[in-house]
Amino acid sequence: MTSPPEERPPTIVPLSMSPRVLAQIYRAFFRISFAIQLQYRASLIIWLLGIVLRPVIYLVVWSTVARSTGGSVGGFTPEDFAAYYIIFMVVDHLTFTWIMWEYDYRIRMGEFSVMLLRPIHPVHGDIADNIAYKLLTLVILLPVVALLIWLFSPLFQMEWWAAAAFVPALGLAFLGRFLLGWALAMLAFWTTRIAALNESFFVLELFFAGRLAPLAIMPVFLQSAANLLPFKWLVAFPVELLQGLLTPREALVGLGMQLFWLGLILVMMRLIWQAGIRRYAAFGG
Amino acid sequence: MPLLGDKMQVLRIIAISLRLSVLVELEYRANFFTQILQSILTLLVSLGGLYIVFTHTETLGGWLPAELVALVGIFTLMGGIIRVVIQPGMQQFMEDIRRGTLDFKLTKPADAQLLVSVQRFQIWQGLDIVIGLIILGVAAVQLGGVVGGWQALGFVIALLSGVAIVYSFWMILASISFWAVKVENILVIFQAMYQAGRWPITIYPLWLRSILTFLVPIAFAVTVPAAGFVGRLDGPTLLGAVALAIFLLLVARLIWLIGIRHYSGASA
Repeated sequence: MTSPPEERPPTIVPLSMSPRVLAQIYRAFFRISFAIQLQYRASLIIWLLGIVLRPVIYLVVWSTVARSTGGSVGGFTPEDFAAYYIIFMVVDHLTFTWIMWEYDYRIRMGEFSVMLLRPIHPVHGDIADNIAYKLLTLVILLPVVALLIWLFSPLFQMEWWAAAAFVPALGLAFLGRFLLGWALAMLAFWTTRIAALNESFFVLELFFAGRLAPLAIMPVFLQSAANLLPFKWLVAFPVELLQGLLTPREALVGLGMQLFWLGLILVMMRLIWQAGIRRYAAFGG
Repeated sequence: MPLLGDKMQVLRIIAISLRLSVLVELEYRANFFTQILQSILTLLVSLGGLYIVFTHTETLGGWLPAELVALVGIFTLMGGIIRVVIQPGMQQFMEDIRRGTLDFKLTKPADAQLLVSVQRFQIWQGLDIVIGLIILGVAAVQLGGVVGGWQALGFVIALLSGVAIVYSFWMILASISFWAVKVENILVIFQAMYQAGRWPITIYPLWLRSILTFLVPIAFAVTVPAAGFVGRLDGPTLLGAVALAIFLLLVARLIWLIGIRHYSGASA
């Protein structure tokens, strides 16, 4: 590439396109993603195993604690933990992203240059890829959910308004987590040790997204910290909402926090992207 | 050539391989700092989980806090052993079968299973072994009680059996590469399942406990040695672990022998 680094790369179409064109492009992306991912059926199932096993481990740990302390921990009975972690598994599955594990490879192997030549922002292809995977694996996940319901007899107690509010909360959670993961992936422009970063990110999620334990039973200082970080709003909040743990007021606050974080993440992502893409051009030039 | 034929030669091969690995890894010293971060993160997850659980209860499935700290020590130690020598060797072994480069090992004048098993040491990952031992030391102090000679012996035997069982498990799965080339995925499953070993296997419901005992031997890798360390291991379980270790070592040897007969090299 010979263009000077100051110049904005000409190939990147902004996120604002005509919806009709965008829909066509997404349809094409979906077709490709489905075709590719069907070739990696074994990997699909293995990722799914991780998704299922982790919540089951913590579900068992907390049910054991609840039983040993007279039936409940901080108001959670084993049946509540079962409901929490089954919903957590579904929400986590629908909103998680693995993109930060791929960018390092793409950039090192030069795959990224090809993506830049396409007249559309690469994030669209990644979103389509993610959704295609989710739809494919849902076919396996739903029977797993049924099986876990049978094994752990959870107690669901959601109300109709919470179920309705869950839909936008899930959508915002997906976008927020995806774009945050994408911003993280962009750090591969600067470092080749992205794996250590990703693992740190995962540990933050473990503590602050309600994976290790429902946030309500965490020590108070961790709960306060969770309020200030995005992870609670992007994972634990939709889970608690669907489980029926929140008041309408808390639901509104949660949706507001999700919008706030989504805005912040979008700004951050674009800044990192612009700085990164210039650096990348400088590499090639 | 009999397995472990000449003991001096076996030790010499391991020493040479270790020295070569150290020389290679010293070229990548920055990896050590990445490893420090990763070890700290693993520790944070293990001990953080314990901390939060024990803000609510005094025992988990009959295990006291100090006993679970010992379990975390074994979990970290065993994870370190797996990542230092077992996993790198087995991954290289599968890669060698796929690319036909296993020929180079088969033509050397030493037992090829031994060469394959100790071919690579990722020494930086050894940090987890050190941390695991430190945690065990802390747990021992917390547990207080005087450890009898028999109990210590039982623990060491349980630990060695655990290593042998995990090694055989990986060796058997990796040997399947002689017939079906794409099995790395099965090993990823092992890594996912290993996370369950952070907690005593006894708390899991029967179906999951059975999987973690017989399908993927996490129970023998972590919980049984930890039970030995805290002095709650009974004779029959220890005997069972030893018997399973011997049995799996023999099965792994058998599958390996059938496998190399089946293997036709890169040029065939």
